[in-house]
Amino acid sequence: MIETRKPKLELLSKELVEKIVDEGLALLERHGVLVENAEALDLLAGAGAAVDRASGVVRIGRKIVEECLAATPAVITLYDRSGRRAYTVGGDEVHFDPGSAAVTILDHATQSERKATTADVVALYKLVETLEHLHFQATALIATDVAPAVADAFRLYLGLCLSEKPFVTGTFRVEGFGPMKDLLAAVRGGEAALRAKPLAIFDACPSPPLKWSNLTTQSLIDAARAGIPSELISMGMTGATSPTTIAGTLVQHVAESLSGVVICQLAGRGAPVIFGGSPSSFDMRKGTTPMGAIETMMIDAAYAQIGKHLKMPTHAYMALSDAKVNDPQAGFETALGAVIGALAGINVISGPGMLDFESAQSLEKLVIDDGLCAMAYRLLDGIAQRDDPIALGVFEGFTPGMSFLTHPHTRQWYRKEHIPAGLVDRDPYEAWVTAGRTSIVDKAHADVERRLAAYAAPPLAAGIRQDLDRIMAAYAKALGAGDVPVPRL
Amino acid sequence: MTKDEIYPKMSEAIVAGDRAAARALAEEAVRSGFDLPEVVEKGYVPGLQKVGELWESGEYFLPELITSAEAMKSAMAVLDPHFNRRDLAGQMGGKVVIGTVEGDIHDIGKNLVSSMLQAGGFEVFDLGADVKLERFIETAESVGARLICLSALLTTTMMNQRRFIGLLRDKGLRDKYKVLVGGAPASRKWAEEIGADGYAENAVAAVKLAKSLAGRS
Repeated sequence: MIETRKPKLELLSKELVEKIVDEGLALLERHGVLVENAEALDLLAGAGAAVDRASGVVRIGRKIVEECLAATPAVITLYDRSGRRAYTVGGDEVHFDPGSAAVTILDHATQSERKATTADVVALYKLVETLEHLHFQATALIATDVAPAVADAFRLYLGLCLSEKPFVTGTFRVEGFGPMKDLLAAVRGGEAALRAKPLAIFDACPSPPLKWSNLTTQSLIDAARAGIPSELISMGMTGATSPTTIAGTLVQHVAESLSGVVICQLAGRGAPVIFGGSPSSFDMRKGTTPMGAIETMMIDAAYAQIGKHLKMPTHAYMALSDAKVNDPQAGFETALGAVIGALAGINVISGPGMLDFESAQSLEKLVIDDGLCAMAYRLLDGIAQRDDPIALGVFEGFTPGMSFLTHPHTRQWYRKEHIPAGLVDRDPYEAWVTAGRTSIVDKAHADVERRLAAYAAPPLAAGIRQDLDRIMAAYAKALGAGDVPVPRL
Repeated sequence: MTKDEIYPKMSEAIVAGDRAAARALAEEAVRSGFDLPEVVEKGYVPGLQKVGELWESGEYFLPELITSAEAMKSAMAVLDPHFNRRDLAGQMGGKVVIGTVEGDIHDIGKNLVSSMLQAGGFEVFDLGADVKLERFIETAESVGARLICLSALLTTTMMNQRRFIGLLRDKGLRDKYKVLVGGAPASRKWAEEIGADGYAENAVAAVKLAKSLAGRS
């Protein structure tokens, strides 16, 4: 059999990749990066970087970056809550997770965004648990009915109670890291076990251009020391906070990301780090950051190619839309992103469910997007030679009236070659009319209800659940945040 | 150059966003002893109006808009020391305090509005981002501004726009100031709901609104 080609998209020539990386390194060497964290400045100075204490600007030589890159694992293996199922984050493996972190949810009944509550967050986690093409969960919604001080830990706590899948998450406050790490370690039965089997990825965003805030730097340091993977979310906006050319923005992306790699490796040699991002084409009319712009997706695919060149796992915010409701724009922007991201071999693609410039989540969109992800995975599987000869055997005894529908070859292969339609409309017109002209959004809503009703909590040892409750309650109490809602399963 | 020669060049410099030319022409006007309020009114302001038209017709985008605003500011920086602002009552809008509310570090939108207000003849006191609500009032009180502009990008920090109106009321200062709100999550409806005096969806609209509230449109 001829080997199946895995389809792959590479937007940059090798020469351009090398030139962009070279300029990124030069940028770090000449202009440096602003680091607003004293501990990181100590680490950088200790490694031989030129640190200006007064300004916080650090110039990092190539040799330091190259050594840190060499220490960065090319592949990370995440494990689900039970520790049994492993997910490879590296190579050209693709995993989708919901886009995070939205503060509003699109309410199906009113078709308007509203603030999310704990009940919405619970519904989202339960729903995502049932969606097979979203391999990871994300702390994708922020509950506004709990004290903001505990919001980062609380959304992870809820997720760990309700879902078996690995998480993409992050801190809102420096103090949030401790309890979040404790929650993860409680699931694993200790910090060493968590290090051996990572359960969550922590996002950390530099502030463009070329700055690491105290919060995100501390997150990098704390995560590196705990062996928790950090996802570097560089997010230049073309012409606003980074150069307007795509290649120019890529140079800045490389410089910001590599400075993050250096901070991680100096904090904990061999720390797992993901070359990610949320850059965007800046809209020169509205001053907004369209995630659904084709140029945004081009930047994403290109930096992922660079990340692979640097032998790092990759991530991007794709398969999401700037539309405000589940309209055609929501569909085509999400589909374009899912397909381009998958073809670019991006390891973690955060986006499904998301609308309105990363600020809203929609349960209906999550199930629609799960179907899109299924299509992207089918595309990645490519076209295989199933038989030898390919088709001559099927045509043996050929007559003009021959039926393929009843041919054993069809039964043998159709489920492997073709995926089910899911929520997509494939009715003949009359059937569609008779069925009430139902839109995909209405079907999605019914599917959400069905899935939430059918959700069964994956089993969690009582002792672990008690530990999670105890850690969350203690953290809330320490901050004077009062009682937090405890999910009943 | 005579006035008839220099005025169109000033306008062109603003439309082209040519900071160096805008500055040089202002210096020449000062040297020539021209009537400076007239220079602003007949030389620079028509250029700015043209820029506004180009923006509204979709010809100009943010880079052109802001570069033109910067050109206007560089001309005004030359002219400012040479005349009393009161002479310019016809074109100038008065004093404005602007900033992104506390808890919010996003300042791109606020910077655009700030630039355009300055270009539009307002004396702008830009407090930056993550500004404590009390500071808006303290600054307005001390500089004698009548207009306060609050920006917020996040739905969470947008609540501080509402809090600000309450704060003004508590201090018995609500009627003393006009309050404008802006930022991605804000809307005309939001402005009405919280009792602000206005909302603008972009920087050009913000200048128009500020001028009309200042009674100078």
